[in-house]
Amino acid sequence: MTAVQLTAARRNSLSVVLRARELGIVIALGLLVVVTAISNPRFLSGQSVRDILLNTAILAVLAVGQAVVVITRNIDLSVGSVLGLSAFTVGTLLQNNPGLPVVLALLVGAAVGGVCGVLNGVLVRYGKVPALVVTLGTLYVVRGVTYFWAGGSQINADELPPGFLSFGNASLLGVPVLVLIAALALVVTAIVLRNYRVGRELYAMGSSPQAAQLAGIPVGRRTVGAFLVSGALAGVAGVLFAARFGTIDAAAGTGLELNVVAAVVVGGVAVFGGSGSVWGAALGALLLTTIGSALAVLEINQFWQQAIVGGLILLAIGADRLVAVRVAAGLKKRGSHVG
Amino acid sequence: MAALLRVRGVSKSFGAVAAVRDVSFDLYGGEAHALVGENGAGKSTIVKMLAGVHRPDDGTLELDGTALALNGPADAKAAGIAVIYQEPTLFPDLSVAENIAMGRQPLGRFNTIDRAAMVSQAARLFTRLGVSIDPNRPARGLSIADQQLVEIAKALSVDARVVVMDEPTAALTGVEVERLFAVARSLRDDGAALLFISHRFEEITALCQRVTIMRDGKHVSTDLLADTSVDEMVRRMVGRDLEALFPKQDVEPGATVLKVQGLTRDPVFQDISFEVKAGEIVALAGLVGSGRSEVVQSIFGVDPRDAGTVEVLGKTLKPKNPKQAMAAGVALVPEDRRQQGLVMELSIERNVTLPRSRSLSQLGFLTGNSERRSAKEWTERLKTKYGRLSDEVGTLSGGNQQKVVLAKWLATGPRVLIVDEPTRGIDVGTKAEVHRLMSSLAAEGVAVLMVSSELPEVLGMADRVLVMREGRLVAELSRTEATEESVMFAATGQEATV
Repeated sequence: MTAVQLTAARRNSLSVVLRARELGIVIALGLLVVVTAISNPRFLSGQSVRDILLNTAILAVLAVGQAVVVITRNIDLSVGSVLGLSAFTVGTLLQNNPGLPVVLALLVGAAVGGVCGVLNGVLVRYGKVPALVVTLGTLYVVRGVTYFWAGGSQINADELPPGFLSFGNASLLGVPVLVLIAALALVVTAIVLRNYRVGRELYAMGSSPQAAQLAGIPVGRRTVGAFLVSGALAGVAGVLFAARFGTIDAAAGTGLELNVVAAVVVGGVAVFGGSGSVWGAALGALLLTTIGSALAVLEINQFWQQAIVGGLILLAIGADRLVAVRVAAGLKKRGSHVG
Repeated sequence: MAALLRVRGVSKSFGAVAAVRDVSFDLYGGEAHALVGENGAGKSTIVKMLAGVHRPDDGTLELDGTALALNGPADAKAAGIAVIYQEPTLFPDLSVAENIAMGRQPLGRFNTIDRAAMVSQAARLFTRLGVSIDPNRPARGLSIADQQLVEIAKALSVDARVVVMDEPTAALTGVEVERLFAVARSLRDDGAALLFISHRFEEITALCQRVTIMRDGKHVSTDLLADTSVDEMVRRMVGRDLEALFPKQDVEPGATVLKVQGLTRDPVFQDISFEVKAGEIVALAGLVGSGRSEVVQSIFGVDPRDAGTVEVLGKTLKPKNPKQAMAAGVALVPEDRRQQGLVMELSIERNVTLPRSRSLSQLGFLTGNSERRSAKEWTERLKTKYGRLSDEVGTLSGGNQQKVVLAKWLATGPRVLIVDEPTRGIDVGTKAEVHRLMSSLAAEGVAVLMVSSELPEVLGMADRVLVMREGRLVAELSRTEATEESVMFAATGQEATV
């Protein structure tokens, strides 16, 4: 073989290893669906699939935003609270203005979330506080604001305009609109991350913060931008939440951030930044949601779900380490050769 | 010939420390310019100013005769200044091609990155450099030499007019250095101005036409290399007055306390053998990166060793066992006190008594009283200035922190005291106190092994000087033989022709 062929062959084997992460999730998902469907064919009924997709949609939107932040070697724990605030804001707005178009509701939600995201980003970057601490703080602050505002009150489905609620159930060509919105967020983010300079700079920042600084990447602006995306998507998720469930109180979305982080980690986004994709994160969200539904169908106690999710996270991290070690060993052997 | 880049009277201070004071020199296109000086002379600060990382407090940079204000690394890049650091700064998770193109990726439709063009650009650069690195592979796992080549490809890709190389050869083997130089020469011959920083004179004479010497943050001279000699350069690098800082007492050396034989840890150092007698101060000199700190860490057992033995008073120490080394009476005062020597958040007394918390405890409990008594005794002996013993160590000045580290180890009553850069970053007065202390310890019969980059300190304090170069012990000089020139020549690998 010539040197060129050799290089090409190696490249292929390498990309196979790297792709293995997303492939692993797909296989796990496939196995889960097959086993569950054999035990109970109702699992593949239209309504069941639809429910899984609808539940995934909200988690996936959050996971896509979270992945953007995690890729930059940060984390956003405030997304559950931001979802709650956005849902309650939009719910209240719709209560008072039943004629408000859905698009506008989505924009308001995104704006509320975006403001929270910018706050996170600014505190992380310019306050020089680790994201874990900042967003843990804003998790409680945003939730506190929502409680203060909402008190014990609750917005019920009959107080929301029917147009908005039907948006939560509507389908386009058989696909629920909420799923389409999630897919749109996923595809746009994936393209930006993969094919635009801005996206590559986010990976660079997560891969080596010092090198990013020296390479002249505007690290501050990009950090704030990543949190802005995560916040805005959490805001959009809040609107989707309101449309899907119709009942909103101050506790909406409590604890959701941990599911989101779990989806991202299971989806193969490295917690130390620099690698992973939003596709993986969305797949992670789909897998976690499917597990929840499958357990119900298989009549396994729901309490097992948390143990399984925990096990999956450990498995995902273990697999990442294994792949990393393998790849590193493979790469060491591939030094340059004086030509 | 007009200068391409002019450095005009730049100064930079960090806190109270003036790293660079009023330095000027010119870089010309098509010429390689060496910047030399001892460790801490301010070379790296100059590099960081050219890279846009630091902004000069005073003075200006001029490119093509117009003032150049660099507000960040992006500005330096845009101005055509490429910097290759001693430690390459790549993104391990991204592909080599992407590392090279970061921020300037070729764009296709809708401003998306044209990956094929990016990869072929990288491939073309590697062809030009005569190396075969796969542009698609991630940067993770590349050898230092290959990483440096990627950095150079980066510089080529922006058509850099000024290329700054900060000790690029420190981690390279002979063949790799040759390859790097071939590339550097071709860059130079294509009209770029090179600023080359190195401690190795044979490399400087092989590559450079002009040399600027710095000492203590100040500009000493700029000459054509043809007009000067290595002897002259070395003299200018070190030439300073030996201050009366070193009150070394004459002590008759006693029995051998520390005996090191054939100590090896590939690839950091090989076959190191020496002895230190009671009452003796032995300095381990050499350039940064020559393996001195690694040797002492291996002796103490913090770092592993591949071969060789360490004996203290006839007792052999096991490798990787600092606890045993401490029990045998070895104390190590590390170089980086913030990271290795002190627990910044703990109180002064806790830090001082940390290695002895067991012997000070009564019935297994640490009582505040015994800690305080012991801490008080040693901090007083070292004239440490502090508010209260219960203050956090992090609140003390650098010099006083160093005293706390010393107090911590001296209180253990060591038979062998190893100090790594004992006076780095502390003021002159404290330096003298630390020196006086080391001397009086030697007089009490302690065997002292000192790693130091400060030649005056080495010459003033040491009974014997061991010089390391590139992981090997290359010279052993007695107090009378050791001069600034002889030590520097041994450290840089030049024959002494003085």
